[in-house]
Order: sequence, then structure tokens, then C-alpha cells
Amino acid sequence: MKLADIRDTLHAQVIVGNDKLDLSVKAGTGSDLMSDMLTGPTSGAVLLTGLCNVQVVRTSVVAGVVAVVLVRGKQPAPEMVTQARKHGLPLLSTPFTMFSACGRLFDKGLRGVEEKASRS
Amino acid sequence: MAHLTRSFEIKARDFSRAGEVSIEVQGILKTIGFEADCVRRASICAYESEMNVVMHGGDGELSLTVDPENILLEVEDHGPGIENIELALQEGYSTATIQYREMGFGAGMGLPNIKKNADFFEIHSQKGQGVHLKVGFKVDGDNG
Ligand SMILES: Nc1ncnc2c1ncn2[C@@H]1O[C@H](COP(=O)(O)OP(=O)(O)O)[C@@H](O)[C@H]1O
Ligand SMILES: [Mg+2]
Repeated sequence: MKLADIRDTLHAQVIVGNDKLDLSVKAGTGSDLMSDMLTGPTSGAVLLTGLCNVQVVRTSVVAGVVAVVLVRGKQPAPEMVTQARKHGLPLLSTPFTMFSACGRLFDKGLRGVEEKASRS
Repeated sequence: MAHLTRSFEIKARDFSRAGEVSIEVQGILKTIGFEADCVRRASICAYESEMNVVMHGGDGELSLTVDPENILLEVEDHGPGIENIELALQEGYSTATIQYREMGFGAGMGLPNIKKNADFFEIHSQKGQGVHLKVGFKVDGDNG
């Protein structure tokens, strides 16, 4: 799935990454726990999260997450936007809740990271 | 491939930079051309230990040493140290404050995760004397 499809499916606002809409996203993951992101397979995935701070950006970069979507219409503080830009990490905001956002992407064929792990 | 040693300062409680050292280390390892899984494991260990220094430790330093067969990370800080290392290594054990939990950390999975991802793991600490962590990764084949 392309980042542009994620934007359309989630009616999302692209805050950082308008130049990367062609990016391929291999899987999806939803978490508010940064510790969990570091213990499971997340490489190549889009992260859906309700957590809205700078550390989300840095954890995503380390974990190999390729894009972050903030759920429930959360708007990042300027520092989070600056960091996402600096690290080349696309940052989106969707009005949908975590459950609905995950469901919409799943419905369009995106699967969880565990399936990516078992396929490979 | 070149041998390389780099050191980076880590400041306790400095959340404006927390994690930046590990992202720099990740960049260096990627540039050298190490295999993706190896870079991922080393970056995660660097990040978990950097966050530990920022959240629980005192000012410290991370050093990265690379040779053709190994990646070695040494993270040393001069904070309060760990009184009971065996306990700290248990999954779920954490002294993290509410503030850190709200940031998405403090699940008590950091040290166990470092141990799991590393091929070599050594931790030394005494109460009041900071923590000295050494983790190594075997690199296979002909990188760089
Ligand atoms: N550098 C450090 N200095 C002092 N205490 C530490 C340090 N690193 C870890 N600890 C202690 O070990 C515990 C477990 O660490 P960890 O497994 O990373 O979990 P978490 O960081 O989520 O609390 C911490 O809660 C803290 O009490
Ligand atoms: Mg930790």
C-alpha cells in the first residue's frame, strides 16, 4: 500500500511527507507503548498511535517504522514536526479513532506486522 | 572495512535530545553497509540504553566500536546505579515514573530487550556508582 492510499483511506492530513506519497508501506501496527515498538517486528510498517510526542518520532526511526499516523485528530507540537522533518519521517493526522483507523486500513488489505513476519 | 571508534555524550533528563545518539549510530552502521537485521538489533540496544541513561541514570557516554567482525556498544553513566541487577533484568520490572510512562516508556522491557537482541551482554553496576553496559553483535560476512 502507498502512503497516498493511507492518506485517502484515513481522510488524513499530511503534516510531513507530502513529497513521499509514493512510499510503499508493507504492514501496519497500532500502539501507544513505545516499549512494545522496540520488542516486535515493525520494520517497513506504518505506526498508528494516540501518543503525540517527540519520542514517537525517534522511536519510530530506530524501529524502522516508515510513517506515523496520529489518531483522533491529534495535532503534533512544533518540535515533533521539526523532528519528523529532520529524520525524513512522514507524519499524518487522521480524525478516526485507533480502532476505526486500523479497521479501515485492514479492510483495504493492509496487514499487521506479525503477518509480515510469518510470510518472510 | 575500516575499524572505527566513536564516542557520544548522553545527558540525563535531556528529552530534547533523547535518542539522537542512537539514531546517529544507526546512520553510521547503515552507511558502513551492515546487514539490516544487525543494524536494527544494534540500534534498538543503543536506543534502549540511551533512554535508560536519560530516564534513570546520570550524565554518561556511549561508545561505538566497529571492526570487520563485531559491533560493540559501551554505555556508561554516572548516576545512582542499580542496586539489584538481577531484579532490573526481569521483564516488567521498572522504577519509571508516571511521566515516563505517559511518554510510552517504563514497561520494564528495556534491559531484557537489550539482552535478547545482543550476541554479547555484560552489565556492571553498584549503588551510587552508575551503570556500565557492554553489548556486542557478531557481524557475518563481508560488509563494507
Ligand atoms: N542507567 C541506569 N541507571 C539507573 N537505573 C537504571 C539504569 N538502567 C536501568 N535502570 C533500572 O532498571 C530498571 C529496568 O530497566 P528497563 O528494563 O530498561 O525498564 P524501564 O526503562 O522501562 O524501566 C529501571 O526501571 C531502573 O530502575
Ligand atoms: Mg528502559
